[in-house]
Amino acid sequence: MSEAKVKNPKLDRRDFVSDQAVRWCPGCGDYAILAQTQKVFPDLGLDKEKIVFISGIGCSSRFPYYMNTYGFHTIHGRAPAIASGVKLANPDLSVWVITGDGDALSIGGNHTIHLLRRNLDVNVMLFNNRIYGLTKGQYSPTSELGKITKSTPLGSLDRPFNPLALALGSHASFVARAIDRETAHLQSMIQRAHSHKGSSYVEIYQNCNIFNDKAFAPMTDRETKSDTVLWLEDKKPLLFGAEMNKGIIVDGNTPKVVELGDKWSADDLLVHDETDWTIAMMLSHFTYQDDFPNPIGVFYCVDEPIYEVMLDEQIKFAIKNKGKGDIQALLDGADNWVVE
Amino acid sequence: MSIETKNLDKVVIRFAGDSGDGMQLTGTRFTETTAIVGNDLSTLPDYPAEIRAPAGSLAGVSAFQLHFSSKDIHTPGDTPDVLVAMNPAALKVHLSELIAGGIIIVNENAFSPKNLKLAGYESNPLEDGTVDSYEIYSIQMSTLVSKACEGMDISPKTVDRTKNMFALGLLYWIYNRPLEPTIQWLGKKFAKRPELVDSNVKALNAGYNYGETVEIFSARYNVDKAPLAAGKYRNINGNYATSVGLLAGSIKADIPLFYGGYPITPASDILHTLASFRHFGVKTFQAEDEIAGITSAIGSSFSGNLGVTASSGPGIALKAEAIGLAVIAELPLVIVNVQRGGPSTGLPTKTEQADLFQALYGRNGEAPVPVIAAQTPGDCFYAAFEACQAAIKYRTPVFLLTDGYLANGSEPWSIPNFDDLPSIDPNFAEQNDDLPFFPYSRDKKTLARPWAIPGTVGLEHRIGGLEKEDVTGNVSYDPENHHKMTELREQKVQNIVNDIPKTQVLGKNSGDMLILSWGGTYGSCRSATERLQNDGKKVSHVHLRWINPLPKDLGEILIRFKNIIIPELNMGQLSKLIRADYLVDAVGLNHVKGRPFKASDIVDKVKEIIG
Repeated sequence: MSEAKVKNPKLDRRDFVSDQAVRWCPGCGDYAILAQTQKVFPDLGLDKEKIVFISGIGCSSRFPYYMNTYGFHTIHGRAPAIASGVKLANPDLSVWVITGDGDALSIGGNHTIHLLRRNLDVNVMLFNNRIYGLTKGQYSPTSELGKITKSTPLGSLDRPFNPLALALGSHASFVARAIDRETAHLQSMIQRAHSHKGSSYVEIYQNCNIFNDKAFAPMTDRETKSDTVLWLEDKKPLLFGAEMNKGIIVDGNTPKVVELGDKWSADDLLVHDETDWTIAMMLSHFTYQDDFPNPIGVFYCVDEPIYEVMLDEQIKFAIKNKGKGDIQALLDGADNWVVE
Repeated sequence: MSIETKNLDKVVIRFAGDSGDGMQLTGTRFTETTAIVGNDLSTLPDYPAEIRAPAGSLAGVSAFQLHFSSKDIHTPGDTPDVLVAMNPAALKVHLSELIAGGIIIVNENAFSPKNLKLAGYESNPLEDGTVDSYEIYSIQMSTLVSKACEGMDISPKTVDRTKNMFALGLLYWIYNRPLEPTIQWLGKKFAKRPELVDSNVKALNAGYNYGETVEIFSARYNVDKAPLAAGKYRNINGNYATSVGLLAGSIKADIPLFYGGYPITPASDILHTLASFRHFGVKTFQAEDEIAGITSAIGSSFSGNLGVTASSGPGIALKAEAIGLAVIAELPLVIVNVQRGGPSTGLPTKTEQADLFQALYGRNGEAPVPVIAAQTPGDCFYAAFEACQAAIKYRTPVFLLTDGYLANGSEPWSIPNFDDLPSIDPNFAEQNDDLPFFPYSRDKKTLARPWAIPGTVGLEHRIGGLEKEDVTGNVSYDPENHHKMTELREQKVQNIVNDIPKTQVLGKNSGDMLILSWGGTYGSCRSATERLQNDGKKVSHVHLRWINPLPKDLGEILIRFKNIIIPELNMGQLSKLIRADYLVDAVGLNHVKGRPFKASDIVDKVKEIIG
């Protein structure tokens, strides 16, 4: 068969659907994320054989089985480290890590932060449902303080992680947030993550309708979402509300929500800048604060040196300096002698 | 007066001093020179885990033992003939092991009241009769190097640090070795600090000339070249040989070497060495922890590189879950364990063989992993190469066991011709339009599954840690399938037995005693066997390199001996395995003292059993 027949240049959604039955609970937010991923991938301009999905353990980590690409469902928390090896071994691959709040922030927290600081060109989709689903409902590192679950009948005692502040603190070069229910926006975040060169980290609010239903309801319900979601757009003032009449100002060093009207106009509002780490960090701290809307969109996006590119440069530099390695010369060593 | 030169077959020197005295460097230089001179040799570095324990303390004593000979030798020697003690603590720690009447060379300047107290001496052992039964040379090395470097614009402290070169120079004089290789090495080492080249060379010459002029030595010694087989030789230590063996494996397979690892004693030198091979395209990745070390290596193997990780026992423990993943994912991977004393942090800088069971069984579930163990520093090269071959051919993680003694010990190594090594076929899967692709279909002979790497058109597939359905590789919880897959994974590992050559028996094929060994105890067991055979004992030696699978012909060899002894630096791990697998009454000789067996330990035990 000719290659042309094999390589269909025009991929569509169905090309990314594997033959495996999807086994998430009916109503799980993971379905929406899978569907949007399968929808948007044909538009990324990638050859299908160059795409690799790597996951750890958890409900979300079954994701690679359902994508008809290369995939590796690995062990709990280690997906970022596996993905690092996959990418370093073959930098031509488009590598995607599928992980959850427990996988990425609890058992695999160490790998997550180190992937981000190294800035390998790997895309992380963190499905945050603020609960342990696969083990049937214990609190997770993003569950709110005092969460009552089977393992915390009197309420959890640990303060939750802020996944985006953690990523920004690790000097991630692309940090964004999406919501499972906002499908068009989710697709755009996947596209942005793909086009960013360097580690991309997208937190996706994902509803677990069995163990933590409605965790993000204020941000997804039609009646409330315009007051609880702050859509981030680069170089645009931070406006929100049903009437788009509320916004964020910075008073001294302190962000505040204000209503536009007599005292404040749109010109007074803080203008989002995806390249400003301080703004991104400030916005990330709106999470878990009832007085502030939840920012959704790209928090931070800058170009930083990419690990695998630098590794390749080191190899080229070493070859230029020392010449291409000669194994026999290496075996012979500098000091040898001949026995007749 | 002319000094007599005596011929000796073999000499064992132990250099001992404070951690800051440069004993490892001194020993290594003597070793390199001795290799060039053409003796056979074997070394045993022995240093504390602390980078700098308090100066002068017993805990801070660092030593390097070197055995060199005009004959074929296999161990760093049981008892030193010469002890170089740079301070009282070094004398205190090592004197008891010196051969009766042996030579002691000390730096007299270091025998100050303070240092004597630190070493726990109530009186000066040089004066109170402690060393009277030995041939003692008490030399004011610090004073002499200070004189040698007089007028140089360097600090007295820097001058004093050259006293190890004085000792080295003196030993070169006593044993008739050339100074040039060391002078050249100093020139390279301190290329940017010419004053240090100058001071060290002055100290080296001062030591040599001291021997020549003071007329206190009763004799000089000559050790002839050893009758090594014809060929080109170099000196090599185990960690370096392991690193080069891994590189050779990747080059023969024509796939890049990816090393993921985390620093740990005594394995770090593998990371350092491979990191210097960037010009070979080697990718080293110092990961955030041991787990990321191995998982990145597994990821690289999934992508078609030769994934390698190395560590020591505590790090291997952390990697256990990931090794299980490589087992079920059936991906090539080489895991090196440079064993050290355990449990837990144990004895980081001391040798032990107590991780055999960890390699064989240290995982959840039925997770068979092939295990090969290197037998000498130079054999680490071949063991590493074979580990690469098996990992690639059978799509499996392979354990390579070395140990602290092999890793840091060195010996003359017959340099292989790279072209003579076999090539390794990675046999990557390619799309076949006539047949559907099944990631868990198997090669009929080896049972290896296809290695289909991302980037290959048409072979998109998913693997993972959940049980696989036979052939398709889809997730399966079917009871019969799990049983079948468990058997297939085990059988695949056992198939490696077909690649293991016939077992060599040193000595007769039957007799009163078989010494059975594995790993780094090879040299001691071999020397013990030779001594026993020279005594007329019906003793033979079999050494195992592959421990999983065990060689096909081992069972029939074992039953031909009246007794079997298994010396191990653990509490009897191979013994238990052999007893269980072959139902033979093997006896263990078990030491966990952080150092290799003395050949005499084994000789004594065998004589105790067979008379």
